[in-house]
Amino acid sequence: MVPTSYYLILGAVLFCIGIASFLIRRNIITIFMSIELMLNAVNLTFVAFAHMWGQVAGQIFVFFVMVVAAAEAAVGLAIIIALFRVRQTLNVDQVNLLKN
Amino acid sequence: MSTNLLALLPELVLTITGVLVMVLEPVIPAGKSRKPLGWLAILGSLLSGLAAFYQLQIVNAQGTLTAFYSTIQIDPFSIFFHLLIAAVVLVTLLGSLDYFESPITHAGEYFALVLFGAVGMMFMTSSVELLMVFIGLEISSISTYILAGFRKGRATASESSIKYFLLGSFATAFFLYGVALIYGATGSTSIGPIAAGLAITRTPTMAILAVAMVLIGLGFKVSAAPFHVWTPDVYQGAPAPVVGLMSTAPKAAAFAVLLRFLFNGTPMLHGHWILLIEILAVASMCLGNLGALKQHDVKRLLAYSSIAHAGYLLVAFTGTHQNAVAGACFYTATYAAMNVGAFLVLSQLSGFSERIRSIEDFTGLALKRPGMSALLGFFLLSLIGIPFTGGFFGKFYVFSGALQNGHVWLGIVGLANSGVACFYYLRLLAAIYSRPTSDSVAYIPVRKVTAPAAVALAATALATLGLGILPNKLVHLVERATPTTTAAVAVQPTQQ
Repeated sequence: MVPTSYYLILGAVLFCIGIASFLIRRNIITIFMSIELMLNAVNLTFVAFAHMWGQVAGQIFVFFVMVVAAAEAAVGLAIIIALFRVRQTLNVDQVNLLKN
Repeated sequence: MSTNLLALLPELVLTITGVLVMVLEPVIPAGKSRKPLGWLAILGSLLSGLAAFYQLQIVNAQGTLTAFYSTIQIDPFSIFFHLLIAAVVLVTLLGSLDYFESPITHAGEYFALVLFGAVGMMFMTSSVELLMVFIGLEISSISTYILAGFRKGRATASESSIKYFLLGSFATAFFLYGVALIYGATGSTSIGPIAAGLAITRTPTMAILAVAMVLIGLGFKVSAAPFHVWTPDVYQGAPAPVVGLMSTAPKAAAFAVLLRFLFNGTPMLHGHWILLIEILAVASMCLGNLGALKQHDVKRLLAYSSIAHAGYLLVAFTGTHQNAVAGACFYTATYAAMNVGAFLVLSQLSGFSERIRSIEDFTGLALKRPGMSALLGFFLLSLIGIPFTGGFFGKFYVFSGALQNGHVWLGIVGLANSGVACFYYLRLLAAIYSRPTSDSVAYIPVRKVTAPAAVALAATALATLGLGILPNKLVHLVERATPTTTAAVAVQPTQQ
């Protein structure tokens, strides 16, 4: 049987990859994908802990995270489309009107 | 009425009104004014405030209410925040009733989204289960993401919205990872069992990491430095009444979650998180105030000021449990009154198109709009913390709590920062009361202040003044508000 710590390490690594790509990537869609990656890393961690504690509470949490992530994706993609219509670009370096 | 329904009464009222507004919005023909929907929303927020009052009577008579398997806890603490959020929403709605210059077809959604956001914020403050906190946080965040970009078609609006959305979701991921780790360390996501589980946990390091992650996540939401980078951009691009709302109500809710989580959930780790809170507080105060010094855009200036005020609020957390709750509650109330008021004045002056933006535009405003200038000046003086305004007593209360608990240097940093803050508030104030230049506000057409907006302005001004002159009433209320933890049962590990 695979020990719980393996899943936790995988979760932590995925979370860190998510943070890194959030900071490095310049395309808004890719940045959005890296947030989803972070959320899924959290889900993996929750499931691993739920298994460790022998409870379902952690797995139920995952369902809620998935539902909320879907709602967030709906709003997020709509905002991205609204931005693209006005600016014709999805590069974060060119979305820089708001400055002092 | 069942306990479950009673515990959710303010949220239920807001949800039903919000859904009604959404349903009625397409029924009203295009081109017609959406004002009736605004009045409906105002009625809803009034009723939800009354519902919170009703809850207060019940709680005073019967003690704390718990509902939905102890995931919702209605105590004076949550009722205080329910009332505060309902009041902020009410004032914001009154102020934005005439905000839309031409009848925009989707204006009804604006009112509904404000109500839905308030539902999420109320859930955050009354929930003692981190799952419910998370859902409340997301309901409030998703509504405000949309509201931030409401002037769509304008490049700055969608930019503000996307920045808020990306960084907000990023912060949520941190919050969630913190919750996952605390679940791993204690076997529960409820505040009470977390406290009990921490006493017997075998992985204290993971618990500390978890608290740090939750702090990062909520630090983003309250725009505490170093997680504040989104604040100036988002506030600059968002409509002024929305900024008034989102710089106060969601922050109050996030601070309520922090108070519950840190003092009731993780008191065992007090020695660890107090250090993080101190770092966040000092960084927010210094970066907020120093950043504001070189701003020209008034909304950006107030954004930096709101970062600094998040720092003052975090100072309250260094007091004892009772002092921290009382100080933070009092400060959120005064901050809400004066900041919503300041942004209401801005929205009334510059309107939907926001032609008046920079400090230079405000030069000579007092000649043209003496009343509005006096109001804005009053709110700015309160933000500085001049005596006889709510801002003064709020700061006094927060810092005395920190000093009593031996955080002298934090008090000194805070007071030095208040001095620095004088410069930029007074720079704006001086501009308002100086001779107008050719391109300044004096040559821009006057927008008439309508009756609902006047009521909203008067309410915020009276609240700011009242909290400065007669703070005792609220102090008595907030000193009783310290939340207790419900009976907690630690989960025994059943590790394979």
